[in-house]
Amino acid sequence: MNPFAYERVMDDKAAVHAIAANKDAKFLGGGTNLIDLMKDNVEHPSTLIDITRVQGLAEVSNGGAMIGALVRNSDLANHADVRKNYPLLSMALLSGASPQLRNLATTGGNLMQRTRCYYFMDTAFPACNKRKPGSGCAALTGFNRIHAILGQSEECIATNPSDMNVALAALQAEVHVEGPKGKRTIPIAEFHRLPGKTPQIDTTLKHEELITHVALPSSASEFATHSYYLKVRDRQSYAFALVSVAAGLMMEGDTIKRAALAMGGVAHKPWRKKEAEDAMVGKQANAQTFSAAAEILLHGAKGYEHNSFKIEMAKNSVVRAFSLALVGRTA
Amino acid sequence: MMQDASTPTQHPQSLPTRYDARQKVMGKATYAAEFNPPETLYAWMIQSTIPKGTILSVDTSAAEHASGVVKVLTCFNAPKLPKPKIQPPATRFVSLLQTPEVHYNGEPIGLVIAKTLAEAQYASSLVTFKYQAEKPQLDFEHHLAEARMPKRANTPPKEDHGEKEEAWKRAVTVFEQTYSTPFQTHNPLEPHATVAFWVGEKLTVYNSTQYVSGDKQTLAKTFALPLENVHVICPYVGGGFGCKGSSWSHVPLAAMAAKVVGKPVKLVLDRQQMFGPVGYRPRTVQKIKLGVDGDGKFVAIKHDVIMSTARVEDFVEPSAKQTDMLYACKNISTSHKMVDMDIGVGTFQRAPGEASGTPALESALDELAYKLKMDPLELRLRNYAEIDPGKQKRFTAKHLREAYQQAAERFGWSKLNPEPGSMRDGNKLIGWGMATATYPANRSAAGAVLRLMPDGKIMVGSGTQDIGTGTYTVMAQTVVEELGVDVSRVDAKLGDTDLPKAPVSGGSQSTASVGPAVKAACAQLKLKLATLVVDDAASPHHGAQTGDLEIKDGFLVSTKSSAHEPIAEIAKRHGEIEVKGEAEPNEDVKKGMSAHSWGAVFAEVEVDESSGMVKVRRVVATYDIGRLINKTTGTNQLQGGIVWGIGFALHEESALDKVYGRISNENLAEYHVPVNRDVPEIDVTVLDIPDTKFTPQGGRGIGEIGITGVAGAIANAVFHATGKRIRHFPITPDKVLMTPKESAEA
Repeated sequence: MNPFAYERVMDDKAAVHAIAANKDAKFLGGGTNLIDLMKDNVEHPSTLIDITRVQGLAEVSNGGAMIGALVRNSDLANHADVRKNYPLLSMALLSGASPQLRNLATTGGNLMQRTRCYYFMDTAFPACNKRKPGSGCAALTGFNRIHAILGQSEECIATNPSDMNVALAALQAEVHVEGPKGKRTIPIAEFHRLPGKTPQIDTTLKHEELITHVALPSSASEFATHSYYLKVRDRQSYAFALVSVAAGLMMEGDTIKRAALAMGGVAHKPWRKKEAEDAMVGKQANAQTFSAAAEILLHGAKGYEHNSFKIEMAKNSVVRAFSLALVGRTA
Repeated sequence: MMQDASTPTQHPQSLPTRYDARQKVMGKATYAAEFNPPETLYAWMIQSTIPKGTILSVDTSAAEHASGVVKVLTCFNAPKLPKPKIQPPATRFVSLLQTPEVHYNGEPIGLVIAKTLAEAQYASSLVTFKYQAEKPQLDFEHHLAEARMPKRANTPPKEDHGEKEEAWKRAVTVFEQTYSTPFQTHNPLEPHATVAFWVGEKLTVYNSTQYVSGDKQTLAKTFALPLENVHVICPYVGGGFGCKGSSWSHVPLAAMAAKVVGKPVKLVLDRQQMFGPVGYRPRTVQKIKLGVDGDGKFVAIKHDVIMSTARVEDFVEPSAKQTDMLYACKNISTSHKMVDMDIGVGTFQRAPGEASGTPALESALDELAYKLKMDPLELRLRNYAEIDPGKQKRFTAKHLREAYQQAAERFGWSKLNPEPGSMRDGNKLIGWGMATATYPANRSAAGAVLRLMPDGKIMVGSGTQDIGTGTYTVMAQTVVEELGVDVSRVDAKLGDTDLPKAPVSGGSQSTASVGPAVKAACAQLKLKLATLVVDDAASPHHGAQTGDLEIKDGFLVSTKSSAHEPIAEIAKRHGEIEVKGEAEPNEDVKKGMSAHSWGAVFAEVEVDESSGMVKVRRVVATYDIGRLINKTTGTNQLQGGIVWGIGFALHEESALDKVYGRISNENLAEYHVPVNRDVPEIDVTVLDIPDTKFTPQGGRGIGEIGITGVAGAIANAVFHATGKRIRHFPITPDKVLMTPKESAEA
């Protein structure tokens, strides 16, 4: 870990002012990812700007639709309105990490979570375009079992490790940010990037911007009755997803009125295709419909030496997640 | 509470709580890294980032000017040492900054010593090495054809019994299959840690170790010191599992750093550093061939193992070892070969050999049983070995048949429908499987000291270790049993080379080695006390025959009269009384009698049909481990071993990068071991039949048998659930999903 300065800000304006003044500074939220990466010498900010005491960003309001960036993952997952209106988000959060980590991790921090690619996380590997632009991608020839099958580039095959982000993508959340020039809103689909030629850039958030809220469309609460977050992993808890599926259905009798579908563990961002969701509309909610949506979502998937299994696992998981979503909430 | 000396206590069979439990839960147990001699400095190990080559130059200038840095050591400025000889198990190939050669990625190549840990770590990131890299060999699978015999012959021996090839002609059914097991890393919760300081030419080291005497020898040899100049102390160990049975590079490096800076130096490894420079379990590919006659009895067995090895030093994972003795057969052939790789040196990992060998052998037996349409348990009973078929010697004791029976009953095995895929619970396929567990019973010479104090306290000491397994408890309990005193009067000491020598805490031998030594010391105490009192006018035993006196319930009593005297009273009059005891393996065992422990493991799994995720629902196991010396620590050991077995079956794998030679998943988020949700109800029972041919106390070691058999039982249950044979451990969801079902006639 490099020596660094620490400062604490108490409001959003001060936070934006502080980060805009220092291009090597980073915001400190729960620190569950950033501090680890600093210890491993992957991240080396010159200054940590502690935003955990910034006023007004730690509340959930508007029936669970407006979420402050500093709301802890545990609090968000267990919030009564979120459980009632957006159970998919609650399920996704509770499938991630461990209780100790969820108690610290924040909503904004989870959005900014970096990849678990081994070659990114260990600086002794010389080739990682995400960590050291232009150095190459060791994962291409390495142990790429946890890597991407969709949307990847020759420069980077890392995945986004978050569960929360997958649910937010399915529910079509918006990220509210504040910068020196004012506030703006970024649709979740545009928040995380594909790697392309610049895998070092994870998101479209600018350095001088602060995430203040995550907003969910109120119509997304109509998925509450039929939603499921399915996470396939190497052990029953405390493991990142090999493949995960956020699935939601709005039903009219036996017919699908609207579908929500996003996948985790397969790409550099939560993987969602509007065509896959649209293809389900007006169809009977059955394995055939779910399977057809999976084919559209997985179209163009490409595996590597160790991760080709993800393609079949992903298709199976889409079908299974929708089957469980259809059964609906038991309580 | 102090025992009231006038009221004899009941004779307890087994201490109900761990002797060291209170210290541990109160945070008062001091582990190696927690010792802080005045003015301690912190060292951080710099490791190579290439697998093979030579260091051409190093730039330490930035590091030397960084805050808090006292010294940077590399091969260019480290003190030259007399060349140490490799002496397993005390020493493995170590890297002590004596040469610019790089033998594996992650090899220690430098040391930064600073005032704080943070400063040492940061400064180490400023040191830059220039290498001349060479092409490494990092691919195991594609070099199996180049496998060679181990360099040291007969380690373990290539076994060949009977008429070899001729026997196969008599086989009615022959089954042959190949299995593989991955690299695994020990990952004790407490990482390696060493604190070293010198006073003149005397070296003191606090070290997290399974073998204080081994460290002492290594350090004396490395620094050319008389043995008595080295003092190694290790009161507590937060898990070892074999990786702390050897002195790795960091131990002498800490001592070297302390010598150079003239102050105490603390060197603690972080989690990432636990992967590579401090041992691991080698990869194996195991080919098994089984031949049976018309009755399902073995006529020939062949088990050939190829494993990975470091180019610089062989470590043999003897995966075929159990095959030489587990089932009755006149023609057994086993072999171990190795593929050279440019990686760190492997080492013992909990149940070395049996842990990786039983999953293969027990899977093969299950496959054969299906081929023969025979109950897998019946196949094992039909081939029950009444004597050790390899050595052709009798066993000290064997009650495996009873263990099979008891575990099968508790599990409900008789209700088995052998048809794969015949049980289902919604989306989950349910399967049952079983396997045999086994591990050798080991025992070495050990010593113990006993001091009866005038205040009635009894110090019992041995230069052994408690690696979380219960050695403190067993030592204290033996004194309680032998002398009949309350445990509150017993002060157990271990983990110190000033105490009588004891063996490495490995091979499941500590209880069987140290327990008898403590028992012998107790016998010596009786003799000593008797000798003192018969000439002591103040004693009620004055004038008695020493042979008529014995210790009972804390009293020296006469077998001829009602005369009795609290032993504490004798120490009050005569001052502190010290005796020593030593114990060696029994004559029967020395003469080659075969000593092993046994067990039967049954498992139920559920397999998610769409994802391939496997969850173990229950494990039922019954063991024949001789006398269960202590129920609390013993049952805990067996359960912990079963949890390891679950990890072996489903989770653990150190994934070696084939280009760079580093373990890619080198942290506990990505190196998976079972978490609470992976661990089901575990039903452990022991037969508790003393094996007094093995030790006077009748107990055999139990540290390792728990892991054996479990992975086989789980793999067999996965087959029963799905009809899929996963022969490459661990059984991860991808393998379950992508493996085709076995065809019906196979």
